[in-house]
Amino acid sequence: MPPGTKIFDFGWVAGHLGQVGERIVQHLQLTVIPLALGIVIAMVLAVIALRRPITYGPVTLVTGILYTIPSLAAFAVLRPIFGLSLLTAIIPLTTYTLLILFRNFTAGFNAVPAEILEAAEGMGYTRRQRLFRVELPLAVPLIIAGIRLASVTTIGLATVAAVLGDAFGGLGQLITEGIQTFFPTKYLLGAILSVVLAFGADFLFVRFERLVTPWARARAGAR
Amino acid sequence: MGGVVAFLTDPANWTGTTGIPNRLQEHLLICGLAILLASLIAVPIGLYIGHTGRGSSLAINLANIGRAIPSFAMMVIPVPLTLTLAETGLYSPQLGLVFLPPFIAMTFLAIPPLLVATYAGLRSVDRELIEAGRGMGLRERQILGRIEVPIASSIIIGGLRTATLQVIATATIAAILGGGGLGRLIFDGINQGVAGEPSIYAGAILVTALAIGVDMLLSAVQTRLTPRALRTKKITTRRRPFTGFDKDTRSASEAGAEV
Repeated sequence: MPPGTKIFDFGWVAGHLGQVGERIVQHLQLTVIPLALGIVIAMVLAVIALRRPITYGPVTLVTGILYTIPSLAAFAVLRPIFGLSLLTAIIPLTTYTLLILFRNFTAGFNAVPAEILEAAEGMGYTRRQRLFRVELPLAVPLIIAGIRLASVTTIGLATVAAVLGDAFGGLGQLITEGIQTFFPTKYLLGAILSVVLAFGADFLFVRFERLVTPWARARAGAR
Repeated sequence: MGGVVAFLTDPANWTGTTGIPNRLQEHLLICGLAILLASLIAVPIGLYIGHTGRGSSLAINLANIGRAIPSFAMMVIPVPLTLTLAETGLYSPQLGLVFLPPFIAMTFLAIPPLLVATYAGLRSVDRELIEAGRGMGLRERQILGRIEVPIASSIIIGGLRTATLQVIATATIAAILGGGGLGRLIFDGINQGVAGEPSIYAGAILVTALAIGVDMLLSAVQTRLTPRALRTKKITTRRRPFTGFDKDTRSASEAGAEV
């Protein structure tokens, strides 16, 4: 750092609120789209695995391999194919969510006790009714735990996407620009905001889970 | 794609500081050191918490917080500090920019999965086995070493696998600060435009191969470490018994789904 440089220049931040806001919006876009796609794909896979348990192993293997690919490598490989389009960032960000989501969704379904399933059957529920009225609601805590973890992971990985270029930027763009110009305010701001975003998402999902599973609180209170 | 083969078979890319062997070595060195330090911190704490049951919610919460911090951010936040310390002459500015920040980030990233897995592994041990050990007159340390750790070892290695994957991926991003490692091949390629594409692909292929290779190796270790009697029934989240939706179960099964 050149001597005399302020580590954090609040004046700069105040003067560039528009630019910073735009980066935050881009980052949210980079998080929400892959997360939504990932939830849909993983839910379909989990329901299939619930009906045909034989598919569980292969799906875990494939999503596991996708998860193993380092993020930078995935972005770098797709860049020459799709150019600097949003797809280049969205595809790997989506595939990274699959392992976490699939594993948690299936764990959620498997945590439903057999007696409850039998009771539902005894009450004359069809398979579909059982899925929507019994299995899905009871799996909610683990489903949301998975979404929570996936959202936090995606927020982190989306910062790496900025390395590809300015096309979809996000907060990672603030970090790379700040590093390249030796301007601490910019990279610290990008880093801190991405941490704030991750914690915000985490907190939001914890609250959401409490909201949609009122029985969990009632149970805890009863003891 | 033909360019990649040419790149990978060009002898010039296999010698010197910018050569593939040196980049691989740099990558392995920083990853190895980070995993080592993280294990030295996380495993003893995990063993203590798992064995005694004390401070478990604190540890799980801290681990969750650690998991929420984006790796790139974690790498960048210490930069002003490590650079300032470098100016005082404690070490070279080079070390303060290209080694310490990614090393700190990687260590902190590796701690949560290791800690949670060690704790969850110990907690997964049947209480009756521990009581039986106690009844046979084993000391606490012996119960830990002869009963709990062997049974938990597979889950602990599972945590090591997660940690290693994250560390290898993060070491790749470290190249943006100017560090070495296989990420350098990708970054140098990006900076060269179209001409750099073979380098980008080569870097991506090598780092992916490294990640998958190391993961397979650890997976083999995981199988070997599982005591023979436990090998046939696979430990998966699917067979975890349902014990109700109270808070404790959720964090435990959440950890299970994670490990």
